[in-house]
Order: sequence, then C-alpha cells, then structure tokens
Amino acid sequence: MKNFFKLIIFVTLISSLFFSNVNAAGEKQELLKVDWSFKSFFGKFDRASLQRGYQVYSEVCASCHSLKHLSYRNLAEKGGPEFTELEAKAIASNFEVTDGPNSDGEMFERPAKLSDKFVMPYANVQEAIAANGGAYPPDMSVLVKARGGGANYIYSVLMGYEDPPAGMELDDGVYYNKYMYGNKIKMASPLDDDIVEYIDGTKATVDQMAKDVTTFLQWTAEPHLETRHKMGFRVIIYLIVLTILVYFSMKKIWSRIETKV
Amino acid sequence: MSDHEYTPKSKVGKWFNDRLPLLTLANHLTDYPTPKNLNYWWTFGGILTFCLITQIITGIILGMHYVAHADLAFQSVEHIMRDVNYGWLIRYVHANGASMFFLAVYIHIFRSLYYGSYKSPREVIWIIGMLIYFLMMATAFMGYVLPWGQMSFWGATVITNLFSAIPLVGDSITTWLWGGYSVDNPTLTRFFSLHYLFPFLILGLVILHIWALHVPGNNNPIGIDIKKPSKDTVPFHPYIVIKDLFALLIFLIIFAFFVFFSPNILGHADNYIEANPLVTPAHIVPEWYLLPFYAILRSVPDKLLGVIAMFAAIFVLVILPWLDTSKVRSTVFRPIYKQFYWFLVADVLILGYVGAMPAEGLYLLIARVATAYYFAHFLIILPFLGMKEKTTPLPLSITEPVLGGSADMAMAKNNSDYKEKL
Repeated sequence: MKNFFKLIIFVTLISSLFFSNVNAAGEKQELLKVDWSFKSFFGKFDRASLQRGYQVYSEVCASCHSLKHLSYRNLAEKGGPEFTELEAKAIASNFEVTDGPNSDGEMFERPAKLSDKFVMPYANVQEAIAANGGAYPPDMSVLVKARGGGANYIYSVLMGYEDPPAGMELDDGVYYNKYMYGNKIKMASPLDDDIVEYIDGTKATVDQMAKDVTTFLQWTAEPHLETRHKMGFRVIIYLIVLTILVYFSMKKIWSRIETKV
Repeated sequence: MSDHEYTPKSKVGKWFNDRLPLLTLANHLTDYPTPKNLNYWWTFGGILTFCLITQIITGIILGMHYVAHADLAFQSVEHIMRDVNYGWLIRYVHANGASMFFLAVYIHIFRSLYYGSYKSPREVIWIIGMLIYFLMMATAFMGYVLPWGQMSFWGATVITNLFSAIPLVGDSITTWLWGGYSVDNPTLTRFFSLHYLFPFLILGLVILHIWALHVPGNNNPIGIDIKKPSKDTVPFHPYIVIKDLFALLIFLIIFAFFVFFSPNILGHADNYIEANPLVTPAHIVPEWYLLPFYAILRSVPDKLLGVIAMFAAIFVLVILPWLDTSKVRSTVFRPIYKQFYWFLVADVLILGYVGAMPAEGLYLLIARVATAYYFAHFLIILPFLGMKEKTTPLPLSITEPVLGGSADMAMAKNNSDYKEKL
C-alpha cells in the first residue's frame, strides 16, 4: 500500500506540473475573477442570465460577431437559455435565409426556422474585415474556449476599457484595453450603461451586461456543460464505489497467499 | 514458454484446440506465472492496453462523424461537440485519453528504467516498446492536427518543416509529405488516413510486446531471475487481474476528472480558433507529452543538428540495453545509479517545462544544459557506472530472506520485511 501512495503522489505531482505549465504560458495581466455559477463540480448556468446574455448578444454583439456553429433550435434546448419553442421560433423568424433552389431552379429568401444555423452578420470574412477597419470580429461560438483564461478573460476585456497611459499613442480606430493582449483592441467599448433594456427589468449596468453575455458565451462554447457536470459526478461516485468493492475483493483473493498486495 | 500441457475438457474444445490452439493460449494467459512481489508500478501495462482500446473505439466513432477536409474539419468537430449524441463525451474521452495514454506510458517507461526491465533477456520487449512509443507520438501528433485549429495547423507546419533540414532532398521530402507546397487539404487527408492506420500497427506491436514478455516472464522489483512456476509466482488470473483492475479504476477516476471537469486544461486554447495560414500564433507549442523532445530540438542552434538531436534522444533509448553495462537489474541494489535515475527524471521534467517556454534567455540556457545532461546520462554515466559501481548483495529469491542483510535489503520488499513495515 505504501508504494501505492507514492504512486498517487507522483501522478499528482506530474499533473500539477502540467497545470502550472498551461497557466504559465498564458496571461500577463492578472484577470478579473468572477465567481461564475457554472464553475465547480455542480456548476450550472443561471437561466435568467443566459436569456439576458442572449439579449445583449443579439442587440450589441450580433451586428459584427457571428455564432455560426449554433442553430436557433439550441436556444430552446435543455441546459441552455431554455427559451420556449415559440420564443425561439419568433427569434428565428426575425432573420432571412437563402434557401433553394425551388422547382423553378431559383434561390429564394424565407424567414429562418429552428433548424437553421444562426445567420451571420457578414457574407464572408473579407466583408467582415472590410467593414471593421481591417480587424476580423471573431466568430463567438467557441470564443470562451479559444482564449486562455476563458470566461474571466472575456469578462475582463469587456470591463478593461480605459484611457491609455500617458505617452501611449493610439491610431485612429484603436482602443486601449487593460486585459487585451498587447493592450490594443480594434473594437470600441461595446457596452454602456442602459445600452440594452432588459426584458426582465434587471438594471443594465456595464458589469451586469458583461457578466450576462459572458455566461451566454460560455454556454455557446460548451452547450452540454450541465449534462457533463451531472454525468461526471455520477461517473466518479460509481467509480469510487466500484474501486472500494474491487479493493476488498483483491484483499480477499490475495489473502489466500502470504504476500501483501 | 508453455508451462504444462493443456488439454481442453470437452470433446468440441479438444477438436477445435487441435486445429487452432486458442484454448491453449487462453490457458497460458490465465495461468501465466507472475512474480508475486510486483508493485503498483507494474499495473501500467494493463492500463496502457485499456488506453489503446479506448482510443481505438472512441476514434472509430469520431471517424464516423468527422470530415477530413480543410474547409469542413473544424465545423465537423463542432458538429460532434454539439449535435452528435454524447459526441462531446466521446471527443473529450479521446482527446484526454491521449494525454492519459502518455501519462501511463511515461510511468511505464520510467518503471522499466528503475527496475532494469530492459536488460537481458528482455531487450526485444524493450525495443518493441520503443517502437510503440515512437508510433504513439506520430499518431498523437497527427491526431492533434485533425481538428484543424490554429495549433493543429502551425504544429503541423513546424514539425513537417523539420524534414526540410535533410541535406539535398529535404525540400522534396517536405513537399511530398505535404502533398503540395504548404500544409493544406492534402496534408490533412493523409494525416487522417495515417492517424486511423497507426493505432492498428500499435495494436500489432502490443501483441508482439506481450508475446516477447511471456517468453522470459516478468521482471520484478528486486530484478533477480526467478523459477517459474514456483512459490515466488502467482497465476496471472485472478491475482494480477484483480490488482490491475484496482489500479485501472484509480486511473479511471483521475481520467474522469479531466474528461468531466477540466476537459480542455491539457489542450491549447488556440486550437479552438480555426486554422488560418495568414496568422501565426504567438507561441507554437506541441502537446505536453512532446515538450521534452521539442526542448531538445530547439536547444540546438543548427536546424539539421537539432532534428538529429531530437531523433537521437529517442534512439539512445532504443540502444539502452547495451549502454547500461551493469549486470544488476534493479536500482534497489544500485545506490549510485539510484541518484542518477532521479536526476534523469528531474532532467526530463525540466526539459518538458522549458519546452513550453519561449526559446530565449535563461530558458534556452536551461534547455541546453538539460539536453547535454540527457545525453550524458545515457552515453557517459550509464556505461561507466555499470563498470565501476559497487552494488549491494542480491537476495537468492523473492521469498527467501536476504543473504547479507544490509540496510538496503529492506528495500528488497521481500515478504517478511514488507509486512513488518505495514
């Protein structure tokens, strides 16, 4: 058994080295930390926050940032913002998609359905770059996973707009952000107090909106997070119970001979 | 190799077994005499078999949904993550499974180094093992390319570019590997094809690895030859099977923590950005398990020599059975080698660490010293130490008390000592 503990210590040591490795490669400026509801073993999304987050996305971000891996049906699915199917249909029908060809061989426009992917703000990357002063507004589907620091990073960037320090010259259309890599960002501060009027009456402060939209983006990046946490908890409990049973079976079997196991 | 003649009891069994002795094989595997003093470091063989099979099964399922095309690969991975039933689970098991596979293989290799399992008569087991390890690295590297994220693309660019260092034919080889003049769709499709093929080559080698193991039988913590079967051995089933299962379950708990609660911690965030040949990431880093070799590669200022050093780092392992001149297998009886062993472990961990850091300043210096030490360990320390070192006396058998009875003997973990300690 003594060896066994050595082994566990060794494994823990090695894995902690990876963690420090991964972290060390990342951030310079200490990010703002938020106690997100979706962290921890039982983490779940705050449903109301997801719905508000979608509102912020659709009214503020969606004019430049796409969510191309999502479908409108996702908005009504379990574990997400959980809009009703009617609400999700209503959201979809605000967008026009090109379908076809019809029986005359022609393409036609129709309102989007639940099964359609989110309509993108620009036809292609080149158009998006041209419309945004040479910077491509990244697709937001997996943005949280694509940045070291994850949700905290997204939140920090949204909160990190400041006046540049004395002596720093910024070109036209470039803004100073405390948390952005290199501190220069081509997106103007997207949030202002009350830029959105929340349907549920929550006061739309910059902090509130930043939290809500970050929560929403965490969901778009990990739509099955709640199932994953729930299943993970069960799997680990199951494994622990099984391990204990196997441990005692092993003791029993090895008791037939003198050697300790 | 066969310990006793086996005859199936049933008539049908006998008829079949005379034509294809599968039952004899099964009997050999269950009865296989195993040293009874094997510790938990010996459970990683079983764990690795489990890892390989898990990777193959999850991989086959992923292959049903994945599209190997530069324009569609990233999207198809997101399709798996979002729309395929439990696709997220299968992909996270596969991605983290690769890391767990390497974690287990590194423990397995270092166990072999500690207990001298590579020495005569087990050299062939060791060489096959090294082939498996090499194929694992190739397979994992190509697998990391398939999602076609930024790290996929740039990792593939850096590694395939290494071949261009070969004099005269380097550029032609690189073009041939790429299927074009840069990493592009043809590169992706061939990587997918090979990523599907290699695990089956590994599976074949694993069978040879186990076959070669069953000829001399297992080494053991005190590294002496034992009679088989004898009171020093236990049948593989049920003793070793249940012990391997117990260790596997502990391993699975750690595995499950990664899959369910930190599935992306071992990957790089940049790989969730679609590949873009026009934008180079700030730091191109391979997956953690390749970092020591990456550090060796970058520590040499010349490109060709760097590539040679990197491959030599693996090759010295292949010829290790002939570099280590000591006749004593287990480190337990080699007090000086034991210290060098832990220096080597530290050295490899340091190489892994600096491999993740930018190759500049102090990091580069550390990488160079660690690289030099790595080669010195195998090429200088091991051959000379084996000739000079005064080893402590070996016990006669696992069960019999130690001859001399020096302090180091307590480490022999023979039966009676072990009990007293507990």
